[in-house]
Amino acid sequence: MADRVLDVTNLTKRFGGFVALDEVNVHLDRGERLGLIGPNGSGKTTLINCISGALFNDDGSVVFNGHDITSMPAHQRAHLGIARSFQIPRPFKSMTVLENLCVPLEYAAWDRADHRHISEQAMEILETVKFADRAHDKSAGLTQVDMRKLELARALAAKPTLLVSDEAMAGLSSSEVDEILEILMVLNQQGVAVIMIEHIMRAVMRYSERIVVLDAGKKIADGTPDEVIHNRDVERAYLGE
Amino acid sequence: MKSKLFWLSVVLVFVLGFAFTKLSDNEFYFFAIYTILQGVIMAVAWNILGGFTGYVNFGSAGFFAVGVYTSVSLNKAFGLPLPATLIVAGIICGLLGLAAGYLTLRLKGVYFAIATLATALVFETVVNNWHFVGGAAGIFIQPPQYFFIFDNFIELLFMLMLFLAIVATAVSRYVSSSRLGMGLTAIRDDETAAECMGVPTLRLKLISTTLMGALMGVAGAPYPFFVSFVEPVSAFSLLIAVNAIAMPIIGGTLVWYGPVIGALILGVVLETATVTISSELNLLIVGIVLVAFITLAPKGIVGLVEDFRKKKGATNG
Amino acid sequence: MSTLDLILNAVVAGLMLGGFYAAVALGLSITFGQLDIVNIAHPTFVILGSFVAYILNNNFGIDPVLIGLLFMPVFYFLGTLLYRFYYVSFERTGQESLSGLAFFFGLMFIIEVILILTFGVDYRLVSAPYIGETLHIGPVDLPYRMLVPATISVIMTGAVILYLSKTFLGKTILAVSQDRLALQLMGADPVKVKRIALGIAIATASMAGALLIIIQPVEPSVGRVYIGRIFAIVVLGGMGSISGTFVAAILIGVVESFISTFYGPSWAPAVGFGILLLTLAVRPQGIFGRA
Repeated sequence: MADRVLDVTNLTKRFGGFVALDEVNVHLDRGERLGLIGPNGSGKTTLINCISGALFNDDGSVVFNGHDITSMPAHQRAHLGIARSFQIPRPFKSMTVLENLCVPLEYAAWDRADHRHISEQAMEILETVKFADRAHDKSAGLTQVDMRKLELARALAAKPTLLVSDEAMAGLSSSEVDEILEILMVLNQQGVAVIMIEHIMRAVMRYSERIVVLDAGKKIADGTPDEVIHNRDVERAYLGE
Repeated sequence: MKSKLFWLSVVLVFVLGFAFTKLSDNEFYFFAIYTILQGVIMAVAWNILGGFTGYVNFGSAGFFAVGVYTSVSLNKAFGLPLPATLIVAGIICGLLGLAAGYLTLRLKGVYFAIATLATALVFETVVNNWHFVGGAAGIFIQPPQYFFIFDNFIELLFMLMLFLAIVATAVSRYVSSSRLGMGLTAIRDDETAAECMGVPTLRLKLISTTLMGALMGVAGAPYPFFVSFVEPVSAFSLLIAVNAIAMPIIGGTLVWYGPVIGALILGVVLETATVTISSELNLLIVGIVLVAFITLAPKGIVGLVEDFRKKKGATNG
Repeated sequence: MSTLDLILNAVVAGLMLGGFYAAVALGLSITFGQLDIVNIAHPTFVILGSFVAYILNNNFGIDPVLIGLLFMPVFYFLGTLLYRFYYVSFERTGQESLSGLAFFFGLMFIIEVILILTFGVDYRLVSAPYIGETLHIGPVDLPYRMLVPATISVIMTGAVILYLSKTFLGKTILAVSQDRLALQLMGADPVKVKRIALGIAIATASMAGALLIIIQPVEPSVGRVYIGRIFAIVVLGGMGSISGTFVAAILIGVVESFISTFYGPSWAPAVGFGILLLTLAVRPQGIFGRA
């Protein structure tokens, strides 16, 4: 049995009276590719915020690589090996593309990186995602698809064990979607477990080994893409009664 | 700026300063330059939190004044001389920066700015009511009696301030190119993303406020010996608070030499205005210059030069 | 005077003072609470209002409250101009935080120094028949110079609250703070709405200034003490809640009055700032604020 990288148990998150996540259980094995889907407002982003530490859950636990990280601040989780990209890219605007990658290399990946050659390692990562030609461009003026690539490259620079990709392909053209998908594949080949939140079904179906479906804060399905697509509850959630 | 060039310039400036004390008899210059150097330290200190980290501090006068009154109380209670009060003031104001940061840095930047203003005004009220240091009426402090190798106390204070300004600038320069500086820049650009990239944002912000507080306290410690008569109105002067913000904005907040340039330029302008027109006008000048730069040239002089160079490059290339 | 009488008077004085503070904080509650514009210079506009009242009262003998009322349209116009400038220079380019704050800081100095250069640093007063008279109810003294401003302030605050909650434009202003995009999709122009809101905010400064100079003598730097006070009030009341601002103003007025009565007036300035820091540290969303 492959070892568990992430164990989310009975996770509950409330905002005032509104229950955003209701006893959600999700697990992830090392190197696994998990798709996370569900209608808008089902709690997908809230779930990954609780996993990455941007939010703290009210009940339940999050265990990562054997550590209970439920009350750990985000930067410590990054240090342990959780990285995320943001739905709306958040580059460090005053820095170049290369410099953007130096930040996680110096901080999140501190134990895992060689300090003498930070710039070289950043370059290597950019080459992996085929973005090296833009290394010295200011990150502020990039196109949409390039900003998404930077988000993923930067998350990769944190040398994570788990990467959460939050709608990295939203609003992109078909060929751009394929570019991003390729990067995510390369990432996974390097041993990184990936949780992909996406609305673009063909990408999710192609990429995921397993899919978890959320609806109104509850998990309604957890299985292979084939199982999920034939699941009655999933159909109902998306299309209504 | 390469290290060798920087340290060479530092030595040159120091030597020139020393030569100036030996060659000049006119005390006025030393008084004027002292004030300008005080501005340099305050501007450089402010910029560590304001420019590098992106958290605007409106209460600079508070830290400065705590440095002033630490000196006053230590001198009055124990007769401590300037070097000792300097170190203690630095430590106390550093701790103050840490405490103030801890109370307020968990909030959005705007709330932090207002809280700093509030903190400075709370200190002012406390000092106004503290009779040991003279309260609102003020207190007299004896200028240093021992001048070492200098002719009078103002030359001594001048060299001391020159030394402190160089130290502050060197610290700022070191921070800006270090791992700490990279983290601070990430926080300034996008704090949430920085946190997710492993930057311990709270810790770094606290280091930033501690450094800023300590340097501002150090800028204030010699002040009682400089003016001889210390009162809250001038120690907590809003001009000090505004200059600490205006100087980095004029010079450029993103680099370590921005505040130095801004402080030198604005300092000279203000000193000139004080002697030629009046000192009331100073506040107006700073206000106008601040508003002008903030609306027309937010990146400061450094930014303007950079843009100019880029345009030249574009037309030539 | 017995201690009970002292306490009673401190409370009543505090209520009147707090009522007045609400008028001063009202403008900031709108700009900071609804529009996210950190107008540190608001108290300086209030002082400007005080000096306008002073000039007209001194030269023509007009009642200050009337002057405050008459000049509200002028200040409203000033507010709209201010917003236009602010929008073009800062909001449009997305530079609000550092630049906006520094801009208002600089503006504060410019206005204050122009006042100093024009009027000097002497304290100025207004005269009106009711200033100096006191209403006595049992052991409680209600000086008219406090009672009149307090009453007008409550009326003005009530009017603004009604306007914001009942009229269409008012509700639009409340909405713009919550969802700018939705507003645009519904056909309202957020820029125009914000302009009107800032206009209203600065208009209240005209009246607040007139009331201030009835309560106490005014000189250009008096506004500085109010900075901490009104931010304390707005934050304590809760961002986005005008009625919260009113309650917080009363609270702070009463606390200040007590401190003044029992510990001396020189400690009063620290009350506002101290409460502000406490609120920020313990419950930043204030009493009525949304989290």
